[in-house]
Amino acid sequence: MDGNAPDFAAASRAALADPQLRGNFRRAMDGLMTKRAAQFADQDEWHGVRALAASVRLRALSKLPELLEKLEENCTRNGITVHWAATTDDANAIALDILHKANAKLVVKGKSMVTEEMHLNAVLEKDGIEVLESDLGEYIVQLDGTMPSHIIMPAIHLNTKQIAHLFKRKIKDAESREDAAYLTDLARRVLRAKFQAADVGMSGVNAAVAETGTLCLIENEGNGRMCTTVPPVHIAFMGLEKVVEKLEDVPPVISLLPRSATGQPITTYVNMISGPRKEGEKDGPREVHLVILDNGRSTIYADPELRDTLRCIRCGACMNHCPVYTQVGGHAYEAPYPGPIGKILVPQIEGLAKRGAMPHACTMCNACVEICPVKIPIVEIMGRLRVEAVKPGGTVKDGGAKANRTESMVWSGWAAMNASPTAYRIATVAMSRLGNVAPSSLPMLKEWTNVRTKPRFAGRTLHDLARAKGIPDV
Amino acid sequence: MDHQPPKPTRVYYFGTCLVDLFFPDAGMAGIELLQSQGLTVVFPQGQSCCGQPAYNSGYRADALKVARAQLDLFPGDDPIVVPSGSCAGMMKKHWPDLFRGEPDEAKAVQVAARVWELTQFLVHVLDVRLTDKGEPLRVTWHASCHAQREMGVVDEPKALLRQLANVELVELKREKECCGFGGTFAVRHPEISAAMVGDKVADIEGTGAARVVSGDCGCLLNITGALEAGNKATRGQHIAQFLKERIHGR
Repeated sequence: MDGNAPDFAAASRAALADPQLRGNFRRAMDGLMTKRAAQFADQDEWHGVRALAASVRLRALSKLPELLEKLEENCTRNGITVHWAATTDDANAIALDILHKANAKLVVKGKSMVTEEMHLNAVLEKDGIEVLESDLGEYIVQLDGTMPSHIIMPAIHLNTKQIAHLFKRKIKDAESREDAAYLTDLARRVLRAKFQAADVGMSGVNAAVAETGTLCLIENEGNGRMCTTVPPVHIAFMGLEKVVEKLEDVPPVISLLPRSATGQPITTYVNMISGPRKEGEKDGPREVHLVILDNGRSTIYADPELRDTLRCIRCGACMNHCPVYTQVGGHAYEAPYPGPIGKILVPQIEGLAKRGAMPHACTMCNACVEICPVKIPIVEIMGRLRVEAVKPGGTVKDGGAKANRTESMVWSGWAAMNASPTAYRIATVAMSRLGNVAPSSLPMLKEWTNVRTKPRFAGRTLHDLARAKGIPDV
Repeated sequence: MDHQPPKPTRVYYFGTCLVDLFFPDAGMAGIELLQSQGLTVVFPQGQSCCGQPAYNSGYRADALKVARAQLDLFPGDDPIVVPSGSCAGMMKKHWPDLFRGEPDEAKAVQVAARVWELTQFLVHVLDVRLTDKGEPLRVTWHASCHAQREMGVVDEPKALLRQLANVELVELKREKECCGFGGTFAVRHPEISAAMVGDKVADIEGTGAARVVSGDCGCLLNITGALEAGNKATRGQHIAQFLKERIHGR
């Protein structure tokens, strides 16, 4: 493994050794799955809205270049300044440039996974700009000096008790009270003062409407509305796939998102941002910027099979239903996007040299595929990435980076054995008769037998039994 | 399933490599269940594996080589019955992708279309009626991920178990959740796999069942291995063998 590649296996071992963490995730994911299921109790309705949302996303992707041009045109007409960023470095430079021009010292942020992808907070802090996350979960992980463990519920790895301890340590005059209402109120008081003092507000975008130049942002805490209306400058960040064609495409997306994510029928706030404060208006920022990030997405887009990755509306339901994520939590992935969508998106963005192990952190159970509100064939894409990891010449960055001569020889040998009836017969007869004497210390057996007994070869194969019983061969 | 296909007189049986090596009695039980319904069961001796291990590991050329070696073993139109949801899913759902653009693509698609998971075939094609001759027993059902989500087999095995008068079926709390086998996943990520099968074993124990029945041998290797290692009283068994024992009274 190369030096800077995250080690999922090691990180997941650490997570599994933490009973508090495991309990927090198990309980939270069980609850979220139950809540989602209640939202879609009517299976016919589910299949209908899902087909609609998937078709909205497919149609948008089918004309993505055209829609992005239209989005820029209509945003510009609305007074929103559009910036294009090919890389995260470009996006960070654009953000810094706007901040410098605004002479900004304090930034408040609403939730934005694209800015996590950019590591924007670190860039701003290095530049001497104070940046404050205002989504409660994001605020908690920022105070804790960690990163979000879930794309929708960033602090889902912590319970009330742990958050109470954190606030006591980090917030002046905080009382030691394990009471969610008290803790929320405390955070609210800290944040309220910052909203009023901030020079720039930042946010993500849930959907950008090409035909009207509108940015849609859904949230539950009102912090998104504060970030996008109170400070004099608002910068919104989006991945280039977030565009939809028409205003009427928005409702299916913003309804399925919270229903899938948290089991809520709708979010508390739905913001439709159509530009800066106009003449005579009493509120709103005087400048609105939209930063549209590529960061490998156009390469994903160019491959017809991998393109489906870009349908994602970032609801996080795939995480909630992933049995691997449920065991190890989000931090083990050491990536901005954990869980199933992370396992297909991050290797494509960051390359298979660094992230080639990620598509293997999956049992291919298809639980995510079953509930994905826009029908992303996550497991098929995972399979494709497993191929590209060992085979150069594909479209994914660093294809072939995990090519391994030994592994490749093992599979050739396996294929030779299974493709020849004679070889298969000899091998299976030998394994059946002799396999049970294999010592448990053999490499793969050792891992297997940590918590399981050794698989027992039956002595006679089904081929043997069928022949003995006279089962016809043709 | 919205229609009942005509009842055939002859079927092919694809036993799968895991059954071959670890659960041949379950494989034979599946054959005998089909025979008991008056069918001629053909077991082509040239068969080996559906190719799934290499397919899921990223070695598609090797998977293709193995899958191709099976293609000529099932001439004609007779159904192909597989006592595993996972291997059936590989053949039915993934073979058409695996052979795409290959000279034998049409043949692979034709074979894939004839593949049935065993319980699906027993319920939807044969409409079997089982008479239970066994002692009263509480069991639970472990649904394999690929049976559920690739073959659409969810209610069929439970419907078969519910036909057995002396069998009480207690469902798992997290019936749909993966047991952590995942083919090479179990050895690539042994700790996570162990945690997952740990949750599964706890769920099984919670039902108070004497037997956990499943239709997939990968899951069974994993779950029974963990039950035994944890000295649990519950035993694991393939549904074919369980059904056969029940209708024969032992």
